[in-house]
Amino acid sequence: MASLELGQVLEHDHFMEEYSRGSEGLSWWRRVHWGRGVALFLAAAYFIIPFYAAMQFSLANKYGQFSLQPLTQIADAPQFLSALWLSTELAVATMVIVMGLMVPTMIYVHLRMPRFRRVMEVITILPIVIPPIVLIVGVDGVTPSWLKASQWLLALVYVVLAMPYVYRALDAGLGALDLKTLVEASRSLGSGWANTIWRVLVPNLRSALMSASVLTLALVFGEFTIASLDGWQTVPVWIYLAPTDDPRINTLVAMMALLGTCLVLTVIVSLDRSKNRNSRRS
Amino acid sequence: MSELTTDTSPSPSGVSGELSEKKFTPGALFRSVRTGAPVAPFLLYVTLGLLIPTVAIINLAFRSNSGKLTWANITTILAPGKMTDGIMIGGQFRAGFENSLKLALVTAIIPGILGTFIAYAIATSKHEPFKRITSACSGVLAQFGGVNLAFMFIAALNATTGVVTKWLSKIGLDPWNHGFNLYKFWGVAFVYMYFQLPLMILIITPAFAGLQESWREAAGGLGASSWRYWRHVGIPVLAPAVLGSMFLLFGSGFSAYATAEALTGGTIAITPIQIGSILNGNVLSGQTHIGYALGFAMIVILLISVVFYALLRRRTSRWLR
Repeated sequence: MASLELGQVLEHDHFMEEYSRGSEGLSWWRRVHWGRGVALFLAAAYFIIPFYAAMQFSLANKYGQFSLQPLTQIADAPQFLSALWLSTELAVATMVIVMGLMVPTMIYVHLRMPRFRRVMEVITILPIVIPPIVLIVGVDGVTPSWLKASQWLLALVYVVLAMPYVYRALDAGLGALDLKTLVEASRSLGSGWANTIWRVLVPNLRSALMSASVLTLALVFGEFTIASLDGWQTVPVWIYLAPTDDPRINTLVAMMALLGTCLVLTVIVSLDRSKNRNSRRS
Repeated sequence: MSELTTDTSPSPSGVSGELSEKKFTPGALFRSVRTGAPVAPFLLYVTLGLLIPTVAIINLAFRSNSGKLTWANITTILAPGKMTDGIMIGGQFRAGFENSLKLALVTAIIPGILGTFIAYAIATSKHEPFKRITSACSGVLAQFGGVNLAFMFIAALNATTGVVTKWLSKIGLDPWNHGFNLYKFWGVAFVYMYFQLPLMILIITPAFAGLQESWREAAGGLGASSWRYWRHVGIPVLAPAVLGSMFLLFGSGFSAYATAEALTGGTIAITPIQIGSILNGNVLSGQTHIGYALGFAMIVILLISVVFYALLRRRTSRWLR
């Protein structure tokens, strides 16, 4: 009680002081807003100028004038479609494996072995210690040659790279659920484990699963190091190796990839936020 | 209650209790194995996909071509070059290492400081869609940029043909005439900042959420000016988080391969590029073990930076909950 009174006294003093120093406080705020404007403006310039320049470079005809014609040339570019197909195959395979591995494991760990989360958290830091350029050295050193000759080796390695993203997304999603109640309710109504996961937990984890999938997708479609060093022409490797004589096309594909990923992730983040806000309101 | 959910297996609290008391009677051991069994596929995958390759790198870094234990690979990559008849012999791996460390340091410190200010400006913004877009785009640029960024900068800043280069040369400020080269150290560092800055924004933003409004009010209430608030409260609380994030940026800059390879075509001498050319077979045969030694050396450096990051993060979490 005493501290509350003290607080009120201080607040009163604070008010008086603020009142007396009014003009100084105001000028400080103005300075902060000004500084913030400058910081944001410079950052925006740094990020937007090269982006705009690359778009201007790639969306141009032979005479350097603006044209959408390069867009129509992407599909005809040599080997592009096969690169796109390879990346798609790898993305689907990676997604199936990483989800099949992580979703049941994470649900089980959250339910029964909460202490094991500590162990799993380690995998979120490992890719920093063992980055792709190092991992591929080790993988090449121990992989039998029949597997090395297969494109699916890439998917198996991408699962390792995707684990941290999937872990974080699922951990946040599962943490927000009252997992025990859901599972007990479902089990007591007589459904088996598979049914509980598929019909009760997965729908509840939709947004977490969605962001995990999108991050995995972005990872596979952007991964260059391992694909190029193992000699597979995925989309990023195609962009680099440029089997086209027109650099505008490669740059355009690179820009589309960046822009597309940004858009999809923004939508996912927005869906997530608006859903949370609705649930809080209700 | 536990009968209802699990017919036979014990409740989680029972198992953890037994584990912590370390009473390993056969029955308890059996139960704890059974409790742990469902995570076995995950552990197996991590072992095969991460642990075994890592152990292989460490093992092979200390082996000669005939398989004997040796320090030779490590001493080779750390040996300075020797001048013989005016030509530098050897020492390229050490030089690559030094370049990598320098690049990582520069692209950790500059984006680390700038990113803190930008992140603060974004975090204090009231505009929700703006925050969402910046956070999503930061994620993309920081984690999935790679080759795309290299192509973007080639289009923008290539010598004479780059779009921005043309703009600047019109006003007589062609950067290539003023010592700038996109494909050398500072050019690569400039491009690296394009993913390092978003990475800093991404990892430092949560720290601002922990900076409580009541502290500012309390400081103001006790008569502190804004400067004094930052000097005695804001900066000391944020400093470990900023420094820790810089260690993470260091790791990210040290291990980046895609951007440097696509930008310079593998001509810049940094460790990841050298590992890449060994894997591509672009070097003398019999050097595969040098590749393992370089990988091992990278693991050591990255491990050190992650340990610092973790220590500083623990310190940060004391204040920022």
